[in-house]
Amino acid sequence: MDGFHDLGGFQGFGKIPHTINSLSYKTVFKEDWEHLAYSLMFVAADHLKQFSIDEARHAVERLDVRQQVGTTYYERYVIATATLLVEAGVITQDELDQALGSPFKLANPPHSQGRPAITGRSPFEVGDRVVVRDEYVAGHVRMPGYVRGKEGVIRHRTTEQWPFPDTIGHGDKRAIHQPSYHVEFRVKDLWGDANDNGLVVVDLFESYLDKVVAEQTVTA
Amino acid sequence: MNTPTPQQSTSTPGERARALFQVLKSKDLIPDGYIEAITQLMEHEWSPENGARVVAKAWVDPQFRELLLKDGTAACAQFGYTGPQGEYIVALEDTPTLKNVIVCSLCSCTNWPVLGLPPEWYKGFEFRARLVREGRTVLRELGTPLPSEVTVKVWDTSAESRYLVLPVRPEGSEHMNEEELQKLITKDVLIGVALPCVP
Repeated sequence: MDGFHDLGGFQGFGKIPHTINSLSYKTVFKEDWEHLAYSLMFVAADHLKQFSIDEARHAVERLDVRQQVGTTYYERYVIATATLLVEAGVITQDELDQALGSPFKLANPPHSQGRPAITGRSPFEVGDRVVVRDEYVAGHVRMPGYVRGKEGVIRHRTTEQWPFPDTIGHGDKRAIHQPSYHVEFRVKDLWGDANDNGLVVVDLFESYLDKVVAEQTVTA
Repeated sequence: MNTPTPQQSTSTPGERARALFQVLKSKDLIPDGYIEAITQLMEHEWSPENGARVVAKAWVDPQFRELLLKDGTAACAQFGYTGPQGEYIVALEDTPTLKNVIVCSLCSCTNWPVLGLPPEWYKGFEFRARLVREGRTVLRELGTPLPSEVTVKVWDTSAESRYLVLPVRPEGSEHMNEEELQKLITKDVLIGVALPCVP
């Protein structure tokens, strides 16, 4: 989903409000309600088994853009959990409004039912040059937009496999398990005008990638 | 024109969180002690002090260092530091010419059991947007200027791998024991935005 949450490379933000080692981190939650954001999400996801963490991420992405900009981090997870529980029929919008005493604004409905993973291909190997598939996905996807269509090198293939986010992120239990790959990109290949010689490694599911075929093979 | 969104609510975030809690509670959907147990983990047990113990051991024990770099999950499991958002752990080795830094540009993914929950600035739009594109500049602004021969490598936590940075053991720490070394390894060092330094 090409939403506001996909912030990597977005320009216009100022300085990060932090200097190194300036916080003790000892009060983890700054306000008395903040622990509810994750704990209620776990009640609904782990205890009630109403959704996966992938669906929670997608629900946060579905918040209205102005609401995303205007809310703090933990608020967005409260709204996401409430949205998914209403969509699952566990609670109702009316019950939330009643408890709040004013309209409880939920996230927008999804624009997609999700999609299946690609199967039947050989896994990629460390050192392979790969290209991120030039695809536009209206639903949940764990490919940040800044690597779409870009080439990089595989540095690691995970020894475990996980449900494909584009499927499970929509509550579709048929999600195929796949490994992910640590794909290393040059900052200058991602943003042509960058004056940073750095590298970026993105952890990409197999279905987001194609192997780059050597040029002589193509022309032969 | 800044049009208010439809249905704009006058409620506060805390009121909305408590409203959701109340609705679930009234339907008897929250088991006794469930929230308290998770909050205990989040506030007290998942802490950067855990990561500091892992890194200090890797600095003094070459065999453990090798395991940490080969199978971070197994190495952290020796301490009991695995769990939600810390099930597939990868340690990132800094060298004199390479500085690793962690971000989650899409949300806030962090190695909870080893680093603790992410701080506000890590989850903020500025860090998520800027680090991947101008890592060296961001590090300088945060207080970690790096010489040009050091490459900055940013790790975007976009799937299930959860990272911690294994920094270079600083000069002047040769005489320190494991417990003293742990104090040099802060949360910002584990995220990768700071370098450990001997006071």
